[in-house]
Amino acid sequence: MFKIILISTLICLPAWAQEKVTTINWWHAMNGSRNDIVKEMVKRYNDSQNKFKVKASEKGNYTETLNSSIAAFRAKKQPHLVQVFEVGTMTMMQSKVIYPVHQLFKDYKVAVDWSNYLQPVLSYYMTNDNKLLSMPFNSSTPIMYYNKNLLAKAGLKTPPKTWTELEQHTLKLKEAGVKCSLTSSWQSWILIENYSAIHNIPFASQGNGFASLTAKLNVDNEKVVNHIERLHRWAKDGRFSYQGRRGGPALNAFTAGKCALLFESSSGLSSVEKLAKFDWSAAPLPFEEGTKPLNSIIGGATLWVFKGHTKKEYEAVADFLRFLSTKEMQTWWHKKTGYLPITLDAYESLKKDGFYKKYPYQEVAIKQLTRATPNQATSRGIRLGSFTQIRDVINEELEKVWNNNISAKEAMANIVKRGNILLKNFHRRNR
Amino acid sequence: MLKRSHYKNRYLPYLLVGPQLLITVFFFFWPAGEALVQAFLISDPFGLQSQFVWFDNFSALFEGSEYINSFIRTLIFSAAVCLLSLLSGLFLAALVNRGAKNLVRSSKLLKSIFILPYAIAPAIAGALWMFLFHPNLGLLANMVSSIIGEKWNPVLDGDHAFFLVILASSWKQVSYNFVFFLGGLQAIPKSLLESAAIDGAGPFRRFFHITLPLLSPTIFFLVVMNLVYAFFDTFGIIHTITEGGPGGATNILVYKVYSDGFVGLDLGSSAVQSVILMALTIGLTIIQFKYVEKKVHYN
Repeated sequence: MFKIILISTLICLPAWAQEKVTTINWWHAMNGSRNDIVKEMVKRYNDSQNKFKVKASEKGNYTETLNSSIAAFRAKKQPHLVQVFEVGTMTMMQSKVIYPVHQLFKDYKVAVDWSNYLQPVLSYYMTNDNKLLSMPFNSSTPIMYYNKNLLAKAGLKTPPKTWTELEQHTLKLKEAGVKCSLTSSWQSWILIENYSAIHNIPFASQGNGFASLTAKLNVDNEKVVNHIERLHRWAKDGRFSYQGRRGGPALNAFTAGKCALLFESSSGLSSVEKLAKFDWSAAPLPFEEGTKPLNSIIGGATLWVFKGHTKKEYEAVADFLRFLSTKEMQTWWHKKTGYLPITLDAYESLKKDGFYKKYPYQEVAIKQLTRATPNQATSRGIRLGSFTQIRDVINEELEKVWNNNISAKEAMANIVKRGNILLKNFHRRNR
Repeated sequence: MLKRSHYKNRYLPYLLVGPQLLITVFFFFWPAGEALVQAFLISDPFGLQSQFVWFDNFSALFEGSEYINSFIRTLIFSAAVCLLSLLSGLFLAALVNRGAKNLVRSSKLLKSIFILPYAIAPAIAGALWMFLFHPNLGLLANMVSSIIGEKWNPVLDGDHAFFLVILASSWKQVSYNFVFFLGGLQAIPKSLLESAAIDGAGPFRRFFHITLPLLSPTIFFLVVMNLVYAFFDTFGIIHTITEGGPGGATNILVYKVYSDGFVGLDLGSSAVQSVILMALTIGLTIIQFKYVEKKVHYN
């Protein structure tokens, strides 16, 4: 008996010794090679000081990570930090389970110079009265990738700036025998949400949903309908090719040299760098002739802090979040992943180091994002309840258009009708 | 009716079924009861607050046309999967059963091959079919395109996708049916078939007048099992091949329960759908046992 006690005490001793170090848990959805980068990031933080320790765990894709943390919260075992994608912002915000980041920084006296951050990134995650709810982690924005060889084959020297130029380009590419002139991934985000933001068109009422839960969709407006109609025309004669809802297939069609132009997230840069065996570059998304384009909007995810932990642990959380937005971490993260640096000093230092001289395509996204002051009603972001499902509805209806089942006008009307039911039900659940 | 068995100890039978009852209560009745309660509540995903709303969740479900569409799709899907996998299973079993007389060794090999798909997890089976029939990457996609005379594109064309998930789901279930049909066929007394043959009945007549009636308990059992399979267990296949798309073409009820509950985080609606699905399955089973069973010969 005595032996057992002795042994168990010895086993437990290291645990007591570690008590001094406060450990916090971080659940994230960065899989594959990005998980290695996250591990490296956490290691750097843990090595940089000896008071706190971060334990990062990958929990599958974004939906799975959110569901895991919901289940954990219900069992009172929630992590301190969880990574949630941008469309889940409304769910988290309404949930009463979160500790807003602006409050955390205030309570634990972390001084932050908010003017140092990229405003279109921050504004997506702020309350209507400009208070930050969650810490931006991985942010990207869609850009246009182009295959220089295929453009040259069609006698084209520069990528298209406007949709009118794009129309000419696609015609010439088709004449030159290129099977697929243009393709796009994430069609709701790029072809509708970002198109609306860039052209100063509200995607939804109530300031794109920021002002109130009573927002209604607005995508059945003439400009967006005409835009989708045009793409449908191109789809019919083969100039635009739909490859599926996600990022992979469209990107593969581009890197395989099948498609000449690709709309895709700037976070796809590292994959294109690895896979494309031809001369390529990137340019901003095209805009309509005669308009002054606004900033594009972001996608990606942020880190949310859960309620229900001790003061000591929150101190650790605040310190870790501060560490993540330091200049060194931001430049490193940007170079490694292609996600945007979220602070201006990181951007400036990359510029100074000549990073963008060497890789000009890396600067396209950040320039497109900062080219205008976000308009509160159109280009600061979109905040809607049940947004994941609304995007599914948009995917479904657009697929019907590409498959010649319905017209662009009908599709947009359906999206508004079905989407508004989802919004109404979300409002009903969150009164 | 089965005869009542007699145990010396009154409590022994209860003790024997106890563990199974416990499992049933904890893993079936309890969650089902929870779903029933949840169907009348509106609650936030984190479970902090909930509110009793009578039938609001039900009426919200029937507001758009999606649910009805999904319902009709599910009926067609289940009927197709059931029919296709039963017929193929019976066909293969009949082949092996005949072969058993002549080529004993090769029929053993055939049996193993036919049973193999059952050992594959639905998600993996789905991934296999997805890659084989992907319009750009698929090995078989070009072949299918030339057979149907138009571009095969399950990513975009709802009918193609629907056809593909039916095929994949049936393929997965053929093995199961095969095993039971083979067992059923082998249990049929040879003397019956032989005497019919002597009386001049051809192979078709023998099949429809002797084999089929004697197989009816097996068929009845398999119809129930296949319907349950098509309703519930095809989730993994749909999740990997189409995720309910394109345009909702493969969004069958069980997938919709998942996507509304776990992706949409609308627990009330998801619970309502589970309750409807539960009622449907209970109803179907009652009908089958009450009416269809009467026409089945159990010997």
